[in-house]
Amino acid sequence: MRKMLVAALSRVLQGPAAARTVARVVVASRTYADFASEATFEIKKCDLHRLEEGPPATAVLTREEGLHYYKTMQTIRRMELKADQLYKQKIIRGFCHLYDGQEACCVGLEAAIKPTDHLITAYRAHGYTFTRGTSVREILAELTGRKGGCAKGKGGSMHMYAKNFYGGNGIVGAQVPLGAGIALACKYFGKDEICLTLYGDGAANQGQVFETYNMAALWKLPCIFICENNRYGMGTSVERAAASTDYYKRGDYIPGLRIDGMDLLCVREATKFAAEHCRSGKGPILMELQTYRYHGHSMSDPGVSYRTREEIQEVRSKSDPITLLKDRMVNNNLASVEELKEIDVEVRKEIEEAAQFATTDPEPPLEELSNHIYCNDPPFEVRGPNQWIRYKSAC
Amino acid sequence: MGLRRAAVAALEGGLLGRVPVPSSAAAWRHAAHFTFQPDPAPSAHGQTQKMNLFQSITSALDNALAKDPTAVIFGEDVAFGGVFRCTVGLRDKYGKDRVFNTPLCEQGIVGFGIGVAVTGATAIAEIQFADYIFPAFDQIVNEAAKYRYRSGDLFNCGSLTIRAPWGCVGHGALYHSQSPEAFFAHCPGIKVVIPRSPVQAKGLLLSCIEDKNPCIFFEPKILYRAAVEQVPVESYYIPLSQAEVLQEGSDVTMVAWGTQVHVIKDVATMAQEKLGVSCEIIDLKTILPWDTETVCKSVVKTGRLLISHEAPLTGGFAAEISSTVQIEE
Repeated sequence: MRKMLVAALSRVLQGPAAARTVARVVVASRTYADFASEATFEIKKCDLHRLEEGPPATAVLTREEGLHYYKTMQTIRRMELKADQLYKQKIIRGFCHLYDGQEACCVGLEAAIKPTDHLITAYRAHGYTFTRGTSVREILAELTGRKGGCAKGKGGSMHMYAKNFYGGNGIVGAQVPLGAGIALACKYFGKDEICLTLYGDGAANQGQVFETYNMAALWKLPCIFICENNRYGMGTSVERAAASTDYYKRGDYIPGLRIDGMDLLCVREATKFAAEHCRSGKGPILMELQTYRYHGHSMSDPGVSYRTREEIQEVRSKSDPITLLKDRMVNNNLASVEELKEIDVEVRKEIEEAAQFATTDPEPPLEELSNHIYCNDPPFEVRGPNQWIRYKSAC
Repeated sequence: MGLRRAAVAALEGGLLGRVPVPSSAAAWRHAAHFTFQPDPAPSAHGQTQKMNLFQSITSALDNALAKDPTAVIFGEDVAFGGVFRCTVGLRDKYGKDRVFNTPLCEQGIVGFGIGVAVTGATAIAEIQFADYIFPAFDQIVNEAAKYRYRSGDLFNCGSLTIRAPWGCVGHGALYHSQSPEAFFAHCPGIKVVIPRSPVQAKGLLLSCIEDKNPCIFFEPKILYRAAVEQVPVESYYIPLSQAEVLQEGSDVTMVAWGTQVHVIKDVATMAQEKLGVSCEIIDLKTILPWDTETVCKSVVKTGRLLISHEAPLTGGFAAEISSTVQIEE
């Protein structure tokens, strides 16, 4: 209070320029002890299907958690934008499906599970690759197809893997039965682990998804099915593709939750609830995360032929997950604007360095072309495109 | 509407990639590995128009829908024109009950198509990429191929044609580059057809649609824009199961289909210039049932056979051709 009075007095006496200097001094003298250690927020209630109770309506966010989530989401956002830039420069080729706008989903999910839990998703996987423990430089190097990439440069955008993260899958819907299998293994080994099986609103119409629901429910597998509903399956809006757009109800006999996927805390609390459901042996559960992607389906898709620019702008201004977290933290004295700006600068630097690595690292050697087709010892010979080319496939 | 078209152009332009002038650096493959040489314009079918491969497909589908009131086109994203623009304008012209989108379910698309065909209507199903045809493999092999046989000719799904973009495109990697013709060659009851150019594509596609057997028509995606020819505007039919000798020769017979036909044409020219070797080039066109007579007759003449295809060697269709030629000789 006294400091503010002094500042006000100085401002009155010395004019605007001096006031600015005084203001800076006031800020610099603030210690981190001035921040609250935590704050409680009200979060949107989830729609429930076959559940008596849902996740709590409030969430507690500590300062450390907030800063960590902010940095993670910002890293993913900047990484995706850097990938966009590199793609346009033709340094990244092939297909590239970007995740910006959906950061609250991967960060919220990761916040609610343990590193020993398992996760599998489809091709929009860069965010999950990061939250599951791969560094940005390995992700970008994989995108540019270099040997420092997390899949040795052989997988590319759609095929990234990490410990307890099973990718990164190109064929739509094919990862869902795999997720149930992983959940079976979790149940079998009895280590209290669960599997998060993600798919999109387009994939929700694939037959194998329903086959998987049946198996998971029948055998009470500890599997959380998560539909990331970003409203568009490539260029088709959900209304034009699905007879029922209540994706959380489509597990029928599997209980479901519909969650605001743009609010990290909503996602976290719901996932904690769902994880508890699975770990207590009640069987699978389905979560629908209502989210949005700013980019088109892939880098070949401008993203504006099937939705309006106004719609994208509206989501950006009203529901952006990073802005939402930032506002919450600043308004509840969990962090200052400057502190978050410092994190932004740090993140930018990290991404620049990673991009530098990704563009300068050498490509995998030609011998790598034939490796890992099979697991075989000793290596066997693989025929090349003509009689005179032979490769040795090692493992 | 104009904005949408531009966006569509950007979508598939990006998908296929703009090809800059090739540099000499061996590390980066900047351009296609062949030159497309257009065939001379056919004179027997009336007025022709300059079309690329996807436009010739659109023209064929247009002719088919105009002639046959029961014909319907369906698949993922076909309504706005398709990810490769093969169905542009058809929905506007023929209505939304004849050209419509399906949800993301290949098994469903083909199964549904078989059902439509069994009632006698003409079903033209699109699978967005040949790489995604595998969920429908059971429907094709177990249902479509065997319908006529197991019902003692009481029912059939002959009016089903399945179209899919096929083959390598440069940046497709694992799931946008596959050539699965060999998997289907192993299945009696269906026909598998692969054109090499716009003129061939239109004639062969119309034949597939007319043919009273379920047909799979693979379209080389790298040629969608790269191949431009003068194509007749009216309907015309190129017979199935007839291979074509593109160039006569005396020293070696070279057989290929789809994109590889253009590669071996380049090779034949190089062989003649640099080695003085005279090559006979055959475009197989129909993989199943394939024209054994033309190929064997040619090998009897030259004494040597070279088959080139994009798919993996082991169990690839070249294996079938070479073993049959050995038996027949």
